[in-house]
Amino acid sequence: MKDHRTTESETMNDTKISARNVQVHYGDTHAIKDVSVDIQDKTVTAFIGPSGCGKSTFLRCINRMNDTIDTCRVSGDIHIDGEDIYDKAVDPVQLRAKVGMVFQKPNPFPKSIYDNVAYGPRIHGLARNKAELDEIVEKSLRRAALWQEAKDRLQQPGTGLSGGQQQRLCIARAVATDPEVLLMDEPCSALDPIATAQVEELIDELRQNYSVVIVTHSMQQAARVSQRTAFFHLGSLVEFGETDRIFTNPQDSRTESYITGRIG
Amino acid sequence: MSDIAASPDARPAPERSSLLSLSEHTKKRNAAEKRFEIYGMIAVGIGLLALVVLLVSILGNGLSSFRQTFLTLNIELTEEKLDKSGVRDMEAIKKVSTFGYGPLIEAALERRMAELDIAIDGLDAGDAADIISKEAPGQLRDFVIANPDLIGTTQEFRVLADGRIDGYYKGRVSMESAAIDSNVSVEQLQLAEALKDAGILATSFNSDFITAPDASDQRPEAAGLGVAILGSLYMMLVVLVLALPIGVAASIYLEEFAPKNRWTDLIEVNISNLAAVPSIVFGILGLAIFINFAGLPQSAPIVGGLVLTLMTLPTIIIATRASLKSVPPSIRDAALGVGASKMQSVFHHVLPLAAPGILTGTIIGLAQALGETAPLRLIGMVAFVKEFPGAPPEGFFDPASALPVQVYNWTQRSDPAFVERASGAIIVLLVFLIVMNTIAVILRRRFERRW
Repeated sequence: MKDHRTTESETMNDTKISARNVQVHYGDTHAIKDVSVDIQDKTVTAFIGPSGCGKSTFLRCINRMNDTIDTCRVSGDIHIDGEDIYDKAVDPVQLRAKVGMVFQKPNPFPKSIYDNVAYGPRIHGLARNKAELDEIVEKSLRRAALWQEAKDRLQQPGTGLSGGQQQRLCIARAVATDPEVLLMDEPCSALDPIATAQVEELIDELRQNYSVVIVTHSMQQAARVSQRTAFFHLGSLVEFGETDRIFTNPQDSRTESYITGRIG
Repeated sequence: MSDIAASPDARPAPERSSLLSLSEHTKKRNAAEKRFEIYGMIAVGIGLLALVVLLVSILGNGLSSFRQTFLTLNIELTEEKLDKSGVRDMEAIKKVSTFGYGPLIEAALERRMAELDIAIDGLDAGDAADIISKEAPGQLRDFVIANPDLIGTTQEFRVLADGRIDGYYKGRVSMESAAIDSNVSVEQLQLAEALKDAGILATSFNSDFITAPDASDQRPEAAGLGVAILGSLYMMLVVLVLALPIGVAASIYLEEFAPKNRWTDLIEVNISNLAAVPSIVFGILGLAIFINFAGLPQSAPIVGGLVLTLMTLPTIIIATRASLKSVPPSIRDAALGVGASKMQSVFHHVLPLAAPGILTGTIIGLAQALGETAPLRLIGMVAFVKEFPGAPPEGFFDPASALPVQVYNWTQRSDPAFVERASGAIIVLLVFLIVMNTIAVILRRRFERRW
């Protein structure tokens, strides 16, 4: 499969995440088969592919969320900034502060909007006092484009927001710990088109500061927000390259079938 | 379509049905639904009827135990009888037994009868005094020992009437039954009537039923639930302090941290089985381990509490695990996703959301333990205990009774007055249970999860 990794010239950025020969097993199921990929900094990378192709599983390897599943075994190397995240010395808790995650379904804590955003900085000790914490909360909500809507109701429960607002709150919560990588697992699948548009706009802005990896079912979304796209099929990485090229001139027949709607 | 309908071997076209008339099939279905509804209503009706019968029977028998017949007498606390030395030496005062106090009460009654000119034919002074409870001299003695300064004065006292006299006013004893009962005579009842007319004898609210300790077989009028309530309270404290943290810690570990393997499966099955173990088995276990092996005292709330803890633990663990399971996994993911450790995600997010369920389970477990009788019999809590246990923590090791055991104890006694007492104790027990269940409901409503 390595042949399908991009060989195009790296245009602007350095490699942030580099995966080599990653294999994932759930019990007897071989979910990810020998995936190698380089994800760049300050870029949006989209993972597309039919359901069950392993794109979410691979995403969850990057912040070791798969560790919480008993039957899941991960082998191969994943390096972030040259450091092996599956090294014995790495504490997944520390890793997850560096690699934030936004989930498919908006899952704010049943607490106030303020506490939702402040939770990460609090447990990581990022703020020395209340003023600093306030600042972090405001900055994060602004980044998530939620500040204007939420500034007057910070003490109200986050669960009282609309679906799109909740998802942006989750994004604010994820960026509050000042991560370097932001993983998004189908962040718009539970949202209506208007909220989706807002979140997509937001993802584009987040690219200024983070390396964003997004899993999506919508090829239009991948085309709209990402600079690079990886196509997964049956647990393998089929093709990876510039988004424009993948959608206009796919090199693998499976990719072509998928983006033209013949499989998946 | 028309081709098919026209073909000879096609099924005959169904008759055009009207929505306004019910088809046979629909009628049958509706009838079945109606029948099922009626079965359900009958079942609920039977349940309600049983509840009403239970409540009527218990309230009818037991409510009267909260009222008691008293005589109000002016008793002269003569110095020469109670403190011969006259120097209020406590040791000397304590040497006077209840035999020294009896005559004072007798004299007071006699004096009062003379004042009011009450005389019943064929009733001598001794028999007349028998309408006063045998418990009265003891209560008077306790009072004098507590207030030695009052020796030499005349004090107004409310003394208990004998159980049979009390029974006369509660319908247990009648003039006819008194004629054939050696414990009470018709003349005594007449005297009681006369005293009642004079305003000396009256039936009024009896707080002693809640606060006083148990009394002997001959003195049902003095028997109270004080020791039993305190004993039950102590046991509940022990159960709460032990079962809640152990149960919650075990559940959190099993639900959130433990790997899912053969061992944890085995533990899980065993916890479920423990919940179904007959409670008397826990009693035998408590007798063997806590009393015979560990050497803890018999009849002590600590032992009762330990046994009930063993019994309550499975209930709490099962309830806690269920409420932990009901917290959506997305909350755990969210916490882990921002870099919370496993413990932080459990203690900051999962546990608060599971708290109402845990508290409800705990209170239900406690209520179950409060009403448990069988295991307590085996560890000696059925004994007759008249002394109040001390203050905690030493009090946990003093002998005490417990509410359900007290009910059992009283139903074993011969005097019919104890039937009333036992029903009264059941009312107290039910009130405690209702209060605990209400707290559980309020907690559940109040901290209802919001997501």
